[in-house]
Amino acid sequence: MKKDIILAGVGGQGILSIATVIGSAALEQGLHLKQAEVHGMSQRGGDVQSNLRLSSEPIFSDLIPRGGADLVVSLEPMEALRYVPFLAPDGWIITNTVPFVNIPDYPAMEAVMGELGKLPHVIAIDVDAIAKEAGSARSANMVLLGATASVLGILEPEKLREGIRRIFGRKGEAIVEANIKAFDAGLASAQK
Amino acid sequence: MADKQLLLGDEAVALGALHAGLSGVYAYPGTPSTEITEYIQGHPLTTERHVHNVWSSNEKTAMEGALGMSYAGKRALVCMKHVGMNVCADPLMGSAMTGANGGLVVTACDDPSMHSSQNEQDSRFWGTFGMMPVFEPSSQQEAYEMTRAAYDYSEENTIPVIMRLTTRMAHSRAVVTPAEDIRPQNELHYPEFPKRWVTLPVNARVRNRELIKLYAKCEADAVVSKFNRLTDGPDHSMGVIACGIAYNYLMENYPDGCPYPVLKISQYPFPRELALKLAAMVPTILVLEEGQPLVETMLRGVFPTQTKVIGRIDNAVIRDGELSPDAVRGALGLPERKTFAPAQVLASRPPALCQGCGHRDFYTALNNVLKKDYPTARVFSDIGCYTLGYMAPFNAIHTCVEMGASFTMAQGAAYSGCWPAVGVIGDSTFTHSGMTGLLDAVNGKADVTLCISDNLTTAMTGGQDSAGTGRIEAICAGLGVDPAHIRTIVPLPKNYPDMEKVIREEIEYHGVSVIVCRRECIQTARRHAKK
Repeated sequence: MKKDIILAGVGGQGILSIATVIGSAALEQGLHLKQAEVHGMSQRGGDVQSNLRLSSEPIFSDLIPRGGADLVVSLEPMEALRYVPFLAPDGWIITNTVPFVNIPDYPAMEAVMGELGKLPHVIAIDVDAIAKEAGSARSANMVLLGATASVLGILEPEKLREGIRRIFGRKGEAIVEANIKAFDAGLASAQK
Repeated sequence: MADKQLLLGDEAVALGALHAGLSGVYAYPGTPSTEITEYIQGHPLTTERHVHNVWSSNEKTAMEGALGMSYAGKRALVCMKHVGMNVCADPLMGSAMTGANGGLVVTACDDPSMHSSQNEQDSRFWGTFGMMPVFEPSSQQEAYEMTRAAYDYSEENTIPVIMRLTTRMAHSRAVVTPAEDIRPQNELHYPEFPKRWVTLPVNARVRNRELIKLYAKCEADAVVSKFNRLTDGPDHSMGVIACGIAYNYLMENYPDGCPYPVLKISQYPFPRELALKLAAMVPTILVLEEGQPLVETMLRGVFPTQTKVIGRIDNAVIRDGELSPDAVRGALGLPERKTFAPAQVLASRPPALCQGCGHRDFYTALNNVLKKDYPTARVFSDIGCYTLGYMAPFNAIHTCVEMGASFTMAQGAAYSGCWPAVGVIGDSTFTHSGMTGLLDAVNGKADVTLCISDNLTTAMTGGQDSAGTGRIEAICAGLGVDPAHIRTIVPLPKNYPDMEKVIREEIEYHGVSVIVCRRECIQTARRHAKK
């Protein structure tokens, strides 16, 4: 069994903490894993992505082939669209609907949502609002992880919660609980 | 078995070096190599064993420091991005002549596709050029193991070993199982062949002949190396030579195994004997290598041969840029994968200076002066976050070439009649290789306005210590700049009138002026605020 995931967003949004939690859970589960990250110049407000590959078998390439991603998980709607050619025919897009506008020519939101609507499997949620409602506005990325958990398959939600506890544990119980709450709110919203 | 760890390729090299008994890491930050040194700096063994881990001023001082440690018998690691190899080329080439005493590994991280760089140069060429072995891992586990092996190989053959990574290996994580044993550090001991270390012609001529012989021995070693492997396959219509991580992109296309014979290469000098074995099996050889076509060029030669070689040069594979599973697919005769059409509404999102960054305020003030009153001005910039001043809305710089070229190019242009000739450099790039250029300007009495946009850190690579922090004005004065023309300003919107006044005054001064524009990087300031 394998899951190839493209995590997308804008530099500074925090896609790597999503990757870190999934990675920790995968390592604990004894899965093979490769996770290609973006460091350096592109991190300065540019588009960033991470290729995260999980498998029960050894993995060769650090990069996911075109048409091979089981999931595109994005903290930003236009950034989700950037990786459409990498999406597998039966793959899922899980994206935030709140745009991050730091460029003058950001397309019209209707056009962005229209393009997303053309794809067969899309979960589009306002992770910022859901995080706020759950009382943990700073954990928007964990809301997105929760929504991802609804279709991830290879790792049970409880394994991801354990991952959150391991990764955020040293920051104290309050931070852990805020992240778990955000995760659960994301999971619930995707299952609606 | 030791604990499994999830490590970047960079971190796997770092851990391999620590476990090999490292005594010092010498490096200047540069993407994608920075995390090697950072991992060593944060590792408990570093504290326990007093491993030297202070950032060097540049790659040349790093290489020389490491060579000194090797001379003293201890194991040293040098790390840099590919273009750093140009900066340290002199001691690097010299180190092949002196040879290593304590194990010496030089890690160069190449950046094909130029994610964060100005060119695609391939560091494997240094191996051929300087007659040094090159190791090129294809997985994070191999990066760990090969680093350990490289130290032993370096000492056995008294030669530095170049470890070559590319972006995708450096910045990708995978599970690494470290070895059980952690080797002790070396004791101080001096070289067995002291003459080599004084490279006067009388010694160097002798050593050069030894080195030529040693390089041939290294090729023989590469033929039998466990890191190079020829595997047969059922389909002999073609063979594949896959170097470093190109092997992964090949195998990704064959989940049930590659049908063609494959020669996997991770240790150089290129083992020609293995290529001949492969050529005896197949009429055509596809060469897959990340970076420039080094092996392919060598195999093609000049004269016609029986074996057809295909690869980047004949565009069977993309001629430039990073390889991927898709980039090698066509050359394997496989159809393109079925995909969704690209979205139509995408806008590109290039990197930009952070909101609130001091470089923004500096460029705004500079533009206010130059665009209004000095439309013929030219701005010679340098390598760092502030290179992004090229982008809209600033469009503030005219050149950026390599580390340190701002102050020196501004002088050359000024001597040619360019006025105002403005140089812009960051604090870390200034101490890396701008100081000598400033000395030239002083000695040449150049009519230049040189700006140091000082954010108190090496920002682009994530906020490492900057070598001259707190001493920038003193360095400039020490190099002979008239203290009356060393001006310090604080880049904030409320200060624009003052900043513009200083910039104008120093442009009107027909000599060497230095304007130090200082405010802490907002990224490091945020981190400091949290502490």
